[in-house]
Amino acid sequence: MHLELRGITKRFGSLIANDHIDLEVQPGQVHSLLGENGAGKSTLMNVLFGLLTPDEGQIALNGEVVEIHNPGEAVRRGIGMVHQHFMLVPVFSVTENVVLGFEPTTSLNRVDYRQARDDIRRLSHKFNLDVDPDAIVENLPVGLQQRVEILKALSHDAELLILDEPTAVLTPQEIDSLMTIVRSLADSGKSVLFITHKLKEVKAIADKITVIRHGRVVGRAEPSASEGELASLMVGRDVQLTVEKTPTSLGEDVLRLRDVVVLDDRGLVAVNGVSLDVRAGEIVAIAGVQGNGQTELVEAIAGMRPVASGEITLGERDITNCTPRQALDAGLGHIPEDRQRDGLILSMSVADNLVLNTPRRAPFARRGTRNLAAVNTNADALVGRFDIRTTSTQAPVSSLSGGNQQKVIVARELSRPLELLLASQPTRGLDVGSIEYVHRQIVAYRNEGHAALIVSSELDEVLALGDRVAVMFEGQISGVVAPTTSRETIGLLMAGTRETSAD
Amino acid sequence: MPTEPTTKRSWRIHATTGSPVVVTVFALLLGLMVGAVVIITTTPAVLDAWRGLFHSWSAPAHALNVTFDNVGAAYRAMFTGSIINPPQLWHSLVTGRGWTNSLTPLSETLTYATPLVIVSIGVGIAFQTGLFNIGANGQAVIGGIAGAAMGSMVHMPSVFHLPLSLLAGVAGGALCGAIPGLLKAYTGAHEVIVTLMFNYVTYAFLLFAVLSTPFQQPGQQNDIGRTMDSSAQLAPLFGAHSGLRVSYGIFVAAAVVLFAWWLLNRSSIGFDFRVTGANPAAARASGINAKTVIVLVFLISGGLAGLAGVVQVASTTHYVDGGFLIGNAGIGFTAITVALLGRNRPVGIVWASLLFAALGVGGRNMQSLTGIPLDLATVIQSAIVLFVATPLLVKEIFRLRGTTQGSLQLATKGWGS
Repeated sequence: MHLELRGITKRFGSLIANDHIDLEVQPGQVHSLLGENGAGKSTLMNVLFGLLTPDEGQIALNGEVVEIHNPGEAVRRGIGMVHQHFMLVPVFSVTENVVLGFEPTTSLNRVDYRQARDDIRRLSHKFNLDVDPDAIVENLPVGLQQRVEILKALSHDAELLILDEPTAVLTPQEIDSLMTIVRSLADSGKSVLFITHKLKEVKAIADKITVIRHGRVVGRAEPSASEGELASLMVGRDVQLTVEKTPTSLGEDVLRLRDVVVLDDRGLVAVNGVSLDVRAGEIVAIAGVQGNGQTELVEAIAGMRPVASGEITLGERDITNCTPRQALDAGLGHIPEDRQRDGLILSMSVADNLVLNTPRRAPFARRGTRNLAAVNTNADALVGRFDIRTTSTQAPVSSLSGGNQQKVIVARELSRPLELLLASQPTRGLDVGSIEYVHRQIVAYRNEGHAALIVSSELDEVLALGDRVAVMFEGQISGVVAPTTSRETIGLLMAGTRETSAD
Repeated sequence: MPTEPTTKRSWRIHATTGSPVVVTVFALLLGLMVGAVVIITTTPAVLDAWRGLFHSWSAPAHALNVTFDNVGAAYRAMFTGSIINPPQLWHSLVTGRGWTNSLTPLSETLTYATPLVIVSIGVGIAFQTGLFNIGANGQAVIGGIAGAAMGSMVHMPSVFHLPLSLLAGVAGGALCGAIPGLLKAYTGAHEVIVTLMFNYVTYAFLLFAVLSTPFQQPGQQNDIGRTMDSSAQLAPLFGAHSGLRVSYGIFVAAAVVLFAWWLLNRSSIGFDFRVTGANPAAARASGINAKTVIVLVFLISGGLAGLAGVVQVASTTHYVDGGFLIGNAGIGFTAITVALLGRNRPVGIVWASLLFAALGVGGRNMQSLTGIPLDLATVIQSAIVLFVATPLLVKEIFRLRGTTQGSLQLATKGWGS
């Protein structure tokens, strides 16, 4: 389908979310819409999908100017949308989810599941989706759930597919297969609008790139453009994609893991005898495909998950099977993987969140009574020092953008005396500007001679931050290598090929 | 097009923003309207007047008159019975006499509100921590028994006796609350089920206590406990001969309000409570021990319920009987709605308690003067709570503007956990 957006403008009060945006997508083309969080990508897609009415501008499908008033109309006109957060019923089968709302019926008004199932098989085969029509959605991995969403769109004869941040929730392998699927969709003549803020993906999949910033188209590029060019277009200034590190002298072992075994929620071994040391003045980065025990290992160090056997020492203290409180008191700074679940109280103020794990420490409280003046002074200082963008220190954290929410956590952890900074997926879901900022903070912390353990499923991040890279596979360390090691070698380690340590 | 004068406009913006207080006031009005509808549809005189609507030309006017008379009389009786009776007050001011009659309505409202404030604050603290204490009534019963026992079976000077009796009530309620708390913290038993069922255990214990020798009123065969010594009673504020029941208990309630305000807004432990209530996962990750918090909250919530129980006994009947806090007097259940109406905040709970007490006390006056059943007060109370619980509906009805972010949150989320 040929899509043309002409001068789309959408205002929310005084805020202009989309300012005369022009965009053209050719049939059989993957067009990437690149922009930071809050640049206006989602608004534009909601306009296109009939969820919002534009204040100005036209939408033309195959040369015909149309008005789309609601999502149903968008679907009828051949537009399919795969949302970032899936809109599936977890307890329904794939078939039931796909037909939901558009059930094909037989003569007696019964749902014709056989017909639907056959359609799904046919589509699944045609685009290599590999989805079992009878599987229950909640039992499927995230990557397959996403394919169910794609199937759902295809079953309504979508000719234009909108993928909204499709890779945010996927593992690297799942991303690879998604790319293959997107390519085959385009090859069959469908148009794909691929929304993302990740530069690598854009370069890998896009035929055309449109970059938007503050609601405006700021540039169009070919996939041959360098990541640096794309990043500076997106952020509006030059972005340092690699962080400069100063050489430091390595100190004592700060964190010692000895044959640590940790079980997951189902009682299966998730971490299977990990031994690892982190010394003062270095960043050890743990790479690996998600789900290979990294989450459980981090939780065990933070005192949030019992250690089945083995030993964890932080500084002088044995913190094996300690409580989170004891881990914090031993000097652990923790940037948790799921910041909104484990790291913040969204309904509480920025100031309160900045003292979330030190509410009793002087001067924030004395004899059981909180000293709100000290809490606010602390907040004022940290908001300035860590450049947290908020209307006020009393505003609820939920009113901050994702990047600024993460800055609140980083500020809180780095503003108290630590032995070790433990950060899990520290930049997941953040835009390029915030990633750059968080990376700088972590490296600066290390440059002061401190120790940090970083877990990330983004290989770029691991290589940018780590002084040593430990690769985890199926609960074990399959190798510890220098960050200069080739991606292929690390990729092999991530896939489980063992290698002797090279540190 | 002429523009509105700015002053008028800014006033309107202020009055029409759906702030929680504005919504609550409108919910109150809606509740009274619902009550009016109930009066109209259940009072025979009004119905008769409307039935004769087409019998004569004056019938419609007559029907309206009868309606306004009845609804007006009912609400007038409620007001004069719970707050002030203007002619009576005028009489007192002019003659300097009859002050007892003038002040009785207010005194009664305060008497009912006092234990309600205390128990509701306990329930509100639990709500703010994400915990449901449905067993406040049982905890108040145990507190009442413990306080009455201390006040009647031990004898000492008032300086010690009154505080010790109050403390006994706190201890009884706290003990009774600690059991569901411990069960939840260490076995995961759901507090709603356990606290709810615990009420029945306490009722059984109450009957057992008032019928067994050490505690039963000497020389009685009925289910009546011993009377508290006067040294343990909360004396009437204006003396025993004033005829006004309002007692020194209101100072206990005031102290509880101050304590709760400090606990929730200024104390470290209260910060832990609120953090746990808002996000248990983050609470755990930031080093808060959930088990400690659960047990502490139930100790405090139960302790306050127990205090309410002993305040109720020590300021009114001075003994407990088999019907203590059962049925309509079950302040532990009223407290749940009062806490929600007061948005779980100490000051809000004070206003909500006064409103509920006034509706109850005024309802009694209405029943005796107009024959409209006391249950109408319950209908109004329930309607108010329903409207407060659905702020969007209220805002729609009165065309209030959107509120600032986060100021209208649900009082509590889900079923704890």
